[in-house]
Amino acid sequence: MSYQGRFRVWRGDDDAGELADYSVEVNEGEVVLDIIHRLQATQAPDLAVRWNCKAGKCGSCSAEVNGRPRLLCMTRMSTFAETDVVTVTPLRAFPVVRDLVTDVSFNYQKAREIPAFAPPKGVQPGEYRMAQEDVARSQEFRKCIECFLCQDTCHVVRDHEENKAAFAGPRFLMRVAELDMHPLDSADRVDAAQDKHGLGYCNITKCCTEVCPEHIKITDNALIPLKERVVSRKYDPIVWLGSKISRRS
Amino acid sequence: MTEATSSTDVERYDFDVVVIGAGGAGLRAAIEAREQGMRTVILTKSLFGKAHTVMAEGGAAAAMGNVNPNDNWQVHFRDTLRGGKFLNNPRMAELHAKEAPDRVWELETYGALFDRTKDGKISQRNFGGHEYPRLAHVGDRTGLELIRTMQQKIVSLQQDDEREFGDGEKFLKVLHEFTVTEVLLDGQSVSGVFGYFRQDGRFAAFEAPAVIFAAGGIGKAFKVTSNSWEYTGDGHALAMRAGATLINMEFIQFHPTGMVWPPSVKGILVTESVRGDGGVLRNSEGNRFMFDYIPDVFKAQYATTEEEADRWYKDPENNKRPPELLPRDEVARAINNEVKEGRGSPHGGVFLDVSTRLPAEEITRRLPSMYHQFKELADVDITAEPMEVGPTCHYVMGGIEVDADTAAARVPGLFAAGEVSGGMHGSNRLGGNSLSDLLVFGRRAGTGAADYVRALGDKRPALAAADVAAAAEAALRPFAVAAEDHGPLENPYTLHAELQLTMNELVGIIRRDHEIRDALVKLDELDKRLPRVSVAGDRRFNPGWHLALDLRNMLVISRAVAMAALERTESRGGHTREDHPKMDPEWRQVNLVVALEGDTVTLTRQPVPTIRVDLLRLFDREELGKYLTAAELAVLDQEEATK
Repeated sequence: MSYQGRFRVWRGDDDAGELADYSVEVNEGEVVLDIIHRLQATQAPDLAVRWNCKAGKCGSCSAEVNGRPRLLCMTRMSTFAETDVVTVTPLRAFPVVRDLVTDVSFNYQKAREIPAFAPPKGVQPGEYRMAQEDVARSQEFRKCIECFLCQDTCHVVRDHEENKAAFAGPRFLMRVAELDMHPLDSADRVDAAQDKHGLGYCNITKCCTEVCPEHIKITDNALIPLKERVVSRKYDPIVWLGSKISRRS
Repeated sequence: MTEATSSTDVERYDFDVVVIGAGGAGLRAAIEAREQGMRTVILTKSLFGKAHTVMAEGGAAAAMGNVNPNDNWQVHFRDTLRGGKFLNNPRMAELHAKEAPDRVWELETYGALFDRTKDGKISQRNFGGHEYPRLAHVGDRTGLELIRTMQQKIVSLQQDDEREFGDGEKFLKVLHEFTVTEVLLDGQSVSGVFGYFRQDGRFAAFEAPAVIFAAGGIGKAFKVTSNSWEYTGDGHALAMRAGATLINMEFIQFHPTGMVWPPSVKGILVTESVRGDGGVLRNSEGNRFMFDYIPDVFKAQYATTEEEADRWYKDPENNKRPPELLPRDEVARAINNEVKEGRGSPHGGVFLDVSTRLPAEEITRRLPSMYHQFKELADVDITAEPMEVGPTCHYVMGGIEVDADTAAARVPGLFAAGEVSGGMHGSNRLGGNSLSDLLVFGRRAGTGAADYVRALGDKRPALAAADVAAAAEAALRPFAVAAEDHGPLENPYTLHAELQLTMNELVGIIRRDHEIRDALVKLDELDKRLPRVSVAGDRRFNPGWHLALDLRNMLVISRAVAMAALERTESRGGHTREDHPKMDPEWRQVNLVVALEGDTVTLTRQPVPTIRVDLLRLFDREELGKYLTAAELAVLDQEEATK
């Protein structure tokens, strides 16, 4: 069942590099990460790749396979023909550290910009009561493994470095939605979603949803409802009046 | 070696507490140390949020009594000792059972969202070895929820510091993709640590009087494992080199249900929740074979017929639990035996079937990540057909010997929590007791370290420049090997593969005297070859170099495991000797302790801490008779008589 597969793998750093050609043994049931590991063990011992669990649970081995953002551990070789050349490149939206490893610190910066869960006042530990159907909405977003494929594919930043400062990206806008839908979170997050985290940049093309390995409906269940909350507040005449009055005082 | 590669420049940092590892124990320890005012740094080999804890699926065991009000800490303690075959450090098991509920509830104040009961409390699920539904969970991704919750709590503490001091990292810093290669000492006491940034290979030394190891396990020394690349025994090995002792290293948990096919995913975990939620094990003849493997010590607690076992899911009060939910060591041995006797599945496992037990939509709701894992990696639809599963190296019960209350190791300034510590789980860990262990003892390690640092005042151990320089030189050695000429060069990947095969085949799930001896001979050979390991490329994110340095840790830990496994001539929990198949009450009183004298691994015996009489009274006399010696029972009877 084995065959020699043809691969092109990016070797280099942020300044310079090239696609290197390799011929590597491929066995039944393998995924692209297996091939990268075999390359390391037999031909390219210093080939840099980030990985941990190899089971689609940690979100470390994010890269691009034939130009598509993918987890290397969840991309089965059986999805390619034996004659295909499989091209593996680092995430395009982030600076390359070396080979397939990118500097993903942008995401950790954005995580720090989202105000944390605000516990309800006067509710003691052990006394939190929530209905399953209410927690289920935020639980969907907490399935996120932070692979950052959505951050990589989102066209707002994929080829627009200049938008990065003002835009949290799908993963962290979803984090805002998650906290906003948390049954016991006591903070108001709607205005900041638009004004501080750049929700307005998103024009719901659903690219993020398409690449999500956890199949989270980022656009439909997080971003659109959040946009609706922003819109209903901005154009709600009573809210508008209230904000004018409070600003005057 | 180029100039950039050979540079021995070392960045210097100064902290109160260094936490090594960013899994559940490390994050909880860091939160505690920070909340007690310690300037704390977390050093982690992977990215922040990727720790191995995310692989934990089932849940966190805590006797909250939300689903069955009969549950309490005493019942949890009892289950934990039964699971560990009474070799547990009883004080650790007691603290764990008492404090786990508070630690779980606390997570809700950080923002965690556990699955709920009908009345809105945290839901709890059944699991192997637990008498009542006890595991707080989120579907089958509980570990991810724990990590994300504590990761976000750390961010929130940093946001507080940013507001108050204008510097979010004033008290709590996370340096990720950083590997520690040495613990440094001033006399006998910890003075700090040394290591390298994986991204660019630059060195850093941290002066700090307290170091908390939360570095996880050793699974990467074995071929078939559920553990990731990080699990190279760093914490165990570094602590030993610093003078700490390890206990119980012979006890390795082989999780009964790992994937067996396709080959590239062999070993990846299939959560015990599959069985907790109704899944059953069958052999190639279609029999639920676990009924044939209920050991005497558990006969009173497990169903003997399929009818009773099936009734238990609906009516646990009046029926005994199915034997599929025996502790992990029992199930793993049973599967191993079925396969050996020719009743295995096509790819060398057994069948785990949930498809005929629950409706499809129930399966995808309760076990979503298992559904995806099998669908995407094995092309198996678990709602329509059985899974094939077999044992996989999952967890090491053994670890750094610590004081139960403070998590302090024998070296002043060194603390340990989580999988890297030893004693809590005895000879076998119950599923669900790991996540709660991380929380309970992570917090205690944070407190222990903070108390220690406060007590030192300004008499802090100092980092010695010569030690830092020596550590830098040692870390660079694999690059320099090529320049010398003392024999053939070694490939780190080849050496690693040989080690994994040796441990898997010779010190694996079933052990024999002569095979362990063969393993020790092979380890001698690998030790000799280790200095010849050479690496290509430079210091920027170079996995070959990283593995070359990790190999040193895996080799010394493998030796510790093999030596302890050879010494213990009985079978108990995660240590099965084919040539000594019985559990021996005399051995229950013995902990095997490994340490390093120079480069030599030493092995000594010491008594297991005594179980207090009030804790022993939680068990009936007949059950104790299965574990304790006649002499121990006589003492107990005397106490009872004078009461």
